Amino acid sequence: MAGASMKDIKLRIRSVESTMQITKAMELVASSKLRKAKERQEHSRPYFAGLKETLMDIEANTRDFVSPYQKQREIKKRCLIMIAGDRGLAGGYNSNIIKAVTEKMQDGLPTCILPIGKRAVDFCNRKGIEILTTEFAEAACVSIPDCFTISNLVTQGYLGGQFDEVSIIYTQFVSMLTQTPRAEGLLPLKAEGGHKREDLHSLVLYEPSPEEVYDAIVPGYIAGMIYGAMCESVASEQGARRTAMDAASKNAAEMIEDLSLRYNRARQGAITQEITEIVAGAEH
Amino acid sequence: MSTFHLKISTPDGLAFDGEVERLRVRMIDGDVCLLAHHMDYVSAVGAGEAAIVMADGQKRSAACIGGMLAMIHNEANLIATTFEWAEEIDLDRAKRAKEKAEARIAAAKNDARELMLASAKLQRALVRINVKH
Repeated sequence: MAGASMKDIKLRIRSVESTMQITKAMELVASSKLRKAKERQEHSRPYFAGLKETLMDIEANTRDFVSPYQKQREIKKRCLIMIAGDRGLAGGYNSNIIKAVTEKMQDGLPTCILPIGKRAVDFCNRKGIEILTTEFAEAACVSIPDCFTISNLVTQGYLGGQFDEVSIIYTQFVSMLTQTPRAEGLLPLKAEGGHKREDLHSLVLYEPSPEEVYDAIVPGYIAGMIYGAMCESVASEQGARRTAMDAASKNAAEMIEDLSLRYNRARQGAITQEITEIVAGAEH
Repeated sequence: MSTFHLKISTPDGLAFDGEVERLRVRMIDGDVCLLAHHMDYVSAVGAGEAAIVMADGQKRSAACIGGMLAMIHNEANLIATTFEWAEEIDLDRAKRAKEKAEARIAAAKNDARELMLASAKLQRALVRINVKH
């Protein structure tokens, strides 16, 4: 753009400036959304931690414990809950999740997916993978009641023999700069690690029976796992977006600096030329 | 009368934390009323009204659906999927939800999944309306 006029460069600078304003604004929005997602997860923690503790206690302290949720059976078909974003411009957030799902499906086991987020739905449609429901196409709108609906859906499907394993694939929020895709098994349930109670005094009365209490609270626990993964994913998406937008803003600032330099050079060149012309005119 | 410590947590956060005299909740197999020094007890919550008598004798009721109730070492922990104090319930909204759920059930016919979702919604709406009255 050596010969570019000053006006062209000025226009360029202005357009980069307005882009930078947008990326800056997106970065701020992502930061505040990230904070909110983290807070929501924090609020729900006592509820789900309480359920988990009871599940573990029941499993550890009941003799001959059997639950359809916990029994291992031959896996003929599996169900994946896949959490991705609704929009792009979030660095590698969506492509990393898609990569993780593709990897998981490489063993050729028949799979159906419950996609959450528009990008997840698009991925399943493109690949022609069986979809359980597209009700949750918008990840940003998935609330706690929705998680209970999803949980009921998969637990019913699991008990009904529709599939023999349920896993969730989401993005774990490690830090502001690192978010890693993770796969976690939901069903069959592995709530191990409960304390074995030794003293007779701490015998607990389970009503109507330990098994029935266990089976009644499993869907709530699964909903909690899904909600937790949901919050982590939303936080990760916003974190990835924040980083991407931060980089974009920095690039824009760099570009503006570069263009300003060019603009000044062009201006100086024009002035020098004018002076040369005037001087040349006077000499004659 | 002696009191015991009750903590109510929901997915939205802590709903209550304090001393109470009596707690009555609808469990999956019927109403249960807990007083202080009840033996260690764990059960799953059904859908219905929860009535609490506070340490100062004041009575409060709430819609309480799903989750579990544990009483361990005289500390009660109510972990409820939905817990709304009667004064917080929006009656108009509950009535609208009831009508919508009824319409969905009528339209669902043989779709088992739709029927299950809609009847769960109807039950929640009915519990809310009952508690409010």
